[in-house]
Amino acid sequence: MHAAAGAQFTDFAGWQMPVRYSSDLAEHKAVREAAGLFDLSHMGEILVVGDGAGAALDHAVSGRMSALRPGQAKYTHLLTETGGVVDDLIVYRTGDDRFMVVANASNADVVAEELRRRTSGFDARVFDESADVALIAVQGPRALEIVLATPGFAIAGGHPDGHDVPEVLTPLRYYRAVAGYFRERPVLFARTGYTGEDGFELFCAPDFARELWEALAEAGEPFGLVPAGLAARDTLRLEAGMPLYGHELSAEWMPVQAGLGRVVDLAKDGDFVGRAASEAGAAADARVLVGLVGAGRRAARADYPVFDGEGADAAEIGVVTSGALSPTLGHPIAMAYLSPALAAAGGTVFVDVRGTRHPYTITALPFYSRKRTN
Amino acid sequence: MTAPADLKYTEEHEWVLIEGDVATVGITDYAQAALGDVVFVELPAVGSAVAASTVVGEIESTKSVGELFAPIDGEVVEANQAVVDSPELVNSDPYGAGWLIKVRFTELPALLDAAAYEELTSK
Repeated sequence: MHAAAGAQFTDFAGWQMPVRYSSDLAEHKAVREAAGLFDLSHMGEILVVGDGAGAALDHAVSGRMSALRPGQAKYTHLLTETGGVVDDLIVYRTGDDRFMVVANASNADVVAEELRRRTSGFDARVFDESADVALIAVQGPRALEIVLATPGFAIAGGHPDGHDVPEVLTPLRYYRAVAGYFRERPVLFARTGYTGEDGFELFCAPDFARELWEALAEAGEPFGLVPAGLAARDTLRLEAGMPLYGHELSAEWMPVQAGLGRVVDLAKDGDFVGRAASEAGAAADARVLVGLVGAGRRAARADYPVFDGEGADAAEIGVVTSGALSPTLGHPIAMAYLSPALAAAGGTVFVDVRGTRHPYTITALPFYSRKRTN
Repeated sequence: MTAPADLKYTEEHEWVLIEGDVATVGITDYAQAALGDVVFVELPAVGSAVAASTVVGEIESTKSVGELFAPIDGEVVEANQAVVDSPELVNSDPYGAGWLIKVRFTELPALLDAAAYEELTSK
């Protein structure tokens, strides 16, 4: 179906993924100003079910999942024993005895395996449903209007004709989810996303994902909804200062180095994988993640080295993890790990862009924040 | 879009228009589509000498960096300031307003014709 929309594909973690439909910049702009429609079916969905599912997850991941009430979601990390990151996850509590863990596609197998291993002593079972769950996201300031304009939705336990959908979805808060239906088949409406905008992520069975996509696309067209690919998703999340596994997050970095120390809940009861290392903390000279803003149009990109000066005697003080010419801001932005002594906001560093040193100013993240209306 | 028949091509997805002893160089429609939205173009200085198959400039898109190879030995006689100011011309008109450099040459290397280039990109 995406090829019909003009999509170009890329191989990503074994999936054929739409990298762009028309133009990265046009898709990016549409999400900032109207909305974009994303096929994120490559993401991993792993169910953890059982009376001990909350306790099992408390042991397996960095946050306290047992504290979530049904309908709530939380961003968390699966840590290594040494306090690095196996993957970053969104965990949705979908019932008293069940959670859905959403993992990055490239890590879904590892996450499922680790969850199975880490929860084996608990009253909980782990089911990797990644192949049986599709995910379609509507992201952008018009997202709510578009979902409400799409016929066929109903809320679980609500009116079958769906006339109460607006009163349920409109006040649904960020990181909350509610079960429902699309033409009588189950859908999970989640107020989550990875673009820095308001939006919904809709989880459903693959056999009617195409039908759902087409219904959203048709209803959204008058609102300016366009299909958007992975390229736009990457520049959107970068502007929003959101980390990407394999760039800002990996087994090599601790969450605290990425400015995500709050994701590791050291106050929770009991042991969890990575606790001892997290309590010990990162070394005093461990690099920390910063934002970098440049001038001109030449982007610093992942893996480019960062120096403390322009000359040949300058010291290498860090490395860029993600970078692009910001489509919204019009200048280069990047995230980089820098030596903490040189990472203060306002400082100037030099990125080696293929042999030429370009000055960048250290800045707080994010680069872009939407105007919040809800 | 099919490759225009009046142009020659390289395996680096550049096109070359030969007019007398001057070659106009750009990237093909195939190349611009693969790059995505071009946001930055760096071209060699007018007057500089270039050697065939060496990197003489850069074409950056939102997602990646493409290298501009000189298809030919010679001297740069003109660089397209319009694409430096408006890099999106490389996407919108790769065979026209999106041209990159003009090189004065003395010897013409072996280049692909349109049919051979389309064969290359259809694989």
